Amino acid sequence: MSTATVTADQRNVISRMWNDKENRSVIIQIIAFIAILAFFGFMGRNAVLNLEALGKGFSFDFLFQPASYDINQTLIEYDSRSPHLRATIVGIINTLLVAVCGIILATILGFILGVLRLSNNWITNRLAYVYIEYVRNVPVLVHILMVHGFIVHTLPIPKQAINFGDAAFLTNRGLFSPKPLFEPLFWIVFGLFVAGIIFTIWFRRYAKRVQDSTGKQYPVFWISLAAIIGLPFLSYFILGSPIEWQIPYLKGFNFKDGLVIRPEFIALWLALSLYTAAFIGENVRAGILAVNYGQTEAASALGVSRGRTLSLVVIPQALRVIIPPLTSQYLNLTKNSSLAIAIGYMDIVATIGGISLNQTGREMECMIIVLLLYLVISLLISASMNWYNKRIKIVER
Amino acid sequence: MRVTKSAAIAAALSLTALTANAGTLEDVQARGELNCVVTTGLTGFAAPNADGKWEGFDVDFCRAVAAAVLGDGSKVKFVPSTGKTRFTLLNSGEGDILFRNTTETMSRDADLKLSFLPVNYYDGQGFMVNKALGVASAKDLDGASVCIQTGTTTELNLADYFRSNSISYEPVPIETNEEARTNYLAGRCDVYTTDASGLAATRATFEAPGDHVLLPEIISKEPLGGAVRHGDDAWFDIAKWVVNALIDAEELGVNSGNVAELGAAAGNNPSINRLLGTEGDMGAMIGLDKQWAARAISAGGNYAEIFDRNIGPSTAIALERGLNALWKDGGILYSAPIR
Repeated sequence: MSTATVTADQRNVISRMWNDKENRSVIIQIIAFIAILAFFGFMGRNAVLNLEALGKGFSFDFLFQPASYDINQTLIEYDSRSPHLRATIVGIINTLLVAVCGIILATILGFILGVLRLSNNWITNRLAYVYIEYVRNVPVLVHILMVHGFIVHTLPIPKQAINFGDAAFLTNRGLFSPKPLFEPLFWIVFGLFVAGIIFTIWFRRYAKRVQDSTGKQYPVFWISLAAIIGLPFLSYFILGSPIEWQIPYLKGFNFKDGLVIRPEFIALWLALSLYTAAFIGENVRAGILAVNYGQTEAASALGVSRGRTLSLVVIPQALRVIIPPLTSQYLNLTKNSSLAIAIGYMDIVATIGGISLNQTGREMECMIIVLLLYLVISLLISASMNWYNKRIKIVER
Repeated sequence: MRVTKSAAIAAALSLTALTANAGTLEDVQARGELNCVVTTGLTGFAAPNADGKWEGFDVDFCRAVAAAVLGDGSKVKFVPSTGKTRFTLLNSGEGDILFRNTTETMSRDADLKLSFLPVNYYDGQGFMVNKALGVASAKDLDGASVCIQTGTTTELNLADYFRSNSISYEPVPIETNEEARTNYLAGRCDVYTTDASGLAATRATFEAPGDHVLLPEIISKEPLGGAVRHGDDAWFDIAKWVVNALIDAEELGVNSGNVAELGAAAGNNPSINRLLGTEGDMGAMIGLDKQWAARAISAGGNYAEIFDRNIGPSTAIALERGLNALWKDGGILYSAPIR
């Protein structure tokens, strides 16, 4: 249809559609959408053409071929005859391990830093300030390399290991510590521990109900502690310590047996935690400052103790400010763990995105897998943090 | 009207996508520079010297190719690569040719879509340990920590060898030779394993090279050579015959000192005449002029000169010719005839 045949009526329709604000925005969005599709279509086509020109197909069959390489840190059974798929799973577990450990340590350190930053003590306050400014203004990769370099270059070799009571040994090849071997009776202790947690959840609700109706208060904290920690501990000793500790010993080049935490894991874990903690510290400080001081004063005017003011007035409100940026920090930490490649920690990037990619030459397939894995992990973290955020946010009426 | 225009744009775009892969020789000549993928630094094979100029065995092969194609051995841009990035750099077109002590294997040839040039160094994988450990054989390495460059054939050989000998070990994966050196010297690992030539080259950079020994076991065949992308036969032929010409030159006694004289006029030896273009026109067959080989030889000398200057007995690396001697001297180095 050429423009010459457009009647005056039709032209009218077009101009009316364009002049209508809502229609116009729909048209613009459709055009933008088509442009984006065309762009990705072109990139995809280009990739396919180039792969074809090189004579390389696109297939995930390689995942079921033997990987042929060894991995030093494997939490599941793995050897060089296992397929690439299993190497990938080993990588995922290693990434999750360092991410979870990192998030826990970073959160604890971050909350401590945030509180120290608000301290009235000048020295404490300044020390926390200097720490935060130093750590968050140096790239995390530098921190990782520095911690790793420190461990490898300053800690002794296995033959001169730092000895902790003949049970644990610290060397530049990692921390060798006793490994718990669980005997059948141990599962009773574990069962009591789980029961303690369930009891605590029920008891807290019950105590709240009693307080709401009668005003009577139970020592909830101490009773919870006794249920979760005390009882399992007691049963552990009554049952005759049903955990056998396998002690590492020096044989030949290295320590044998026991549990080994390798320098690569320690370096990555510490560096990521220390780095992210600085950011979390600032989030925590912001959260606490966001709660008007008048509320604390009001609470003390009502005779509420300092501890209860903190736990019932300040923290619940501060959390609402802290949680959303905290989610971003958790995501950052998880994604930054991919820098593991710099020190040879065998995470997702080093296994499927590194050695498997290189030995099979399947760049496209491997990078797609790596991308999807990080996406899924990040979305899961986001989802659970959003769920938590929803729980603690102000209930609007 | 509108349709034809967008179709033309699409066609033009897809054409540019395709032409990027055709005619490496034309690309290199138009650019006036050869992009050569080398290591990030392995003394004796490819490493920048104190003045920042690249030097080494692999580097000299790059220069020979540049001299044959561009007439000047200095017109090379060196693209440093790790064991992991080298093939991607070559296949994506960042590099025209790869000289990075790379082992030729069937899967690399067929699956990674590379075309391997004639072998320029016959190597094998060895182990280096500190003398103080008192290890005499690789079989004594049970429980050791082993530093290993990822993305190499050595990584796979190691897993196979230790598995078949039921030896347990801790692999310590690292990216570059320099990282391996630091980790090995700091005692993060007991053993460093890579090609024996690479071990000798690395050991030469230690403060006390005498404290470290190479174990007698050579656990693999590592035929090292250059490589180009699959699918450009004209470019492959040029690279292949430059390597052959350097080996042939040693056999014929042509070196950087006498190549100008021998190439000035035809002599009595037809083989030399063909090589240096004073008889026939071998260069035209690969799309170059008659003096292609003469230029390649004058860039860095023949095979023996390149070997001796970079890694030979008189250097710190002190490698013997061994398997890499000419076939008539008891080695297995052998060039197909240039005729």
